[in-house]
Amino acid sequence: MIAAIGLLLGILAGLLLQPNVPIWLEPYLPIAVVAALDAVFGALRAFLDGIFDDKVFVVSFVSNVLIAALIVYLGDKLGVGGQLSTGVIVVLGIRIFSNVAAIRRHLFHA
Amino acid sequence: MSDQTPDDHPAPRPTPPVQADGRDRLRAAFTKPGVRGQAIVAVLLAVLGFAAVTQVKANDKDDQYLGARQGDLVQYINNLSLASQRTEAEIAKLQRTRDALRSDTASRRTAVERAQQQADTLGILAGTVPAVGEGIRVTVTDDAGGSGAVGADQLLNGLEELRDAGAEVIEINDKVRVVAQTSVRDTGDGGVMVDGTVVRAPFVIDAIGDSHTLADALDFSGGFLSSVRDLGGKADVRQLDDVRVASVVEPKAARYAQPGPTG
Repeated sequence: MIAAIGLLLGILAGLLLQPNVPIWLEPYLPIAVVAALDAVFGALRAFLDGIFDDKVFVVSFVSNVLIAALIVYLGDKLGVGGQLSTGVIVVLGIRIFSNVAAIRRHLFHA
Repeated sequence: MSDQTPDDHPAPRPTPPVQADGRDRLRAAFTKPGVRGQAIVAVLLAVLGFAAVTQVKANDKDDQYLGARQGDLVQYINNLSLASQRTEAEIAKLQRTRDALRSDTASRRTAVERAQQQADTLGILAGTVPAVGEGIRVTVTDDAGGSGAVGADQLLNGLEELRDAGAEVIEINDKVRVVAQTSVRDTGDGGVMVDGTVVRAPFVIDAIGDSHTLADALDFSGGFLSSVRDLGGKADVRQLDDVRVASVVEPKAARYAQPGPTG
């Protein structure tokens, strides 16, 4: 309940404040958002499996975001930023899909 | 990355015995607020929602090149210059087409103008179009009161003299146009049949041409005017700046004659 309210509050704050993304953050924000989404879906799956742990969630959320940003940063430095961003998005997308599949089995038994 | 997958999750907490189903657990989490650990999850989810909305907003704005990588920018520039090259080639092609069409139109217009000029000339010659111009108006009054003293002979002489003097358009009594095929004969009762139309005195002959030449051509000893006067008629010649000939003849297709080889 509180988690859902938190998500709503975040979306509302983003809509109302309409902050400008700093230029240095611009390449990393989309990747970070996708990485955080991956962590959230993983947490939801673990919750439905009954093995959710808030500490693990926090650590995985933060590390997901940081590592994704780090990879993109490293890619930019190496001159392959665009390709590496694509690679990260692909991997995260695959994980999100498999997590959502497990969640679907839990919720709909299908 | 995330280790939230169940396989390698460390130290799973003991699940409550009554909530074996994931669906029940989710329902319970929503109905019973204040479960431990939800607050931190809420904070992180709020951060996620905030970041996601911000990113969506930033993506909607029209500054896709802001913060773009150097390689991407080079790629954009290459694409744009290629596109502009293609467009320029297309512009050149279209301009050539336009020039060709324009010269085509000009030559066609010239041809149409020449054809129109020729049609006008031939129309005046054949008497199929009305005509306006400098000329003379000859009024022949029969003193005998329509008894027929002045007839086809005199009119024919007059027409010949007018043609001799270069009359371009001739009309009798404002209703008969005199053309190449025109025939003139007496009807016997004082009238004259011109091209199937009976005209009677007073005869009015309109002729377009050089008015001095035309007037002089009629007025000589033994000419049209003198012969009319000899017969007791009166003739009046007026030189006008603006003779209007409104009558026309219907063009008829030749039945027997065909264009022969030129030259």
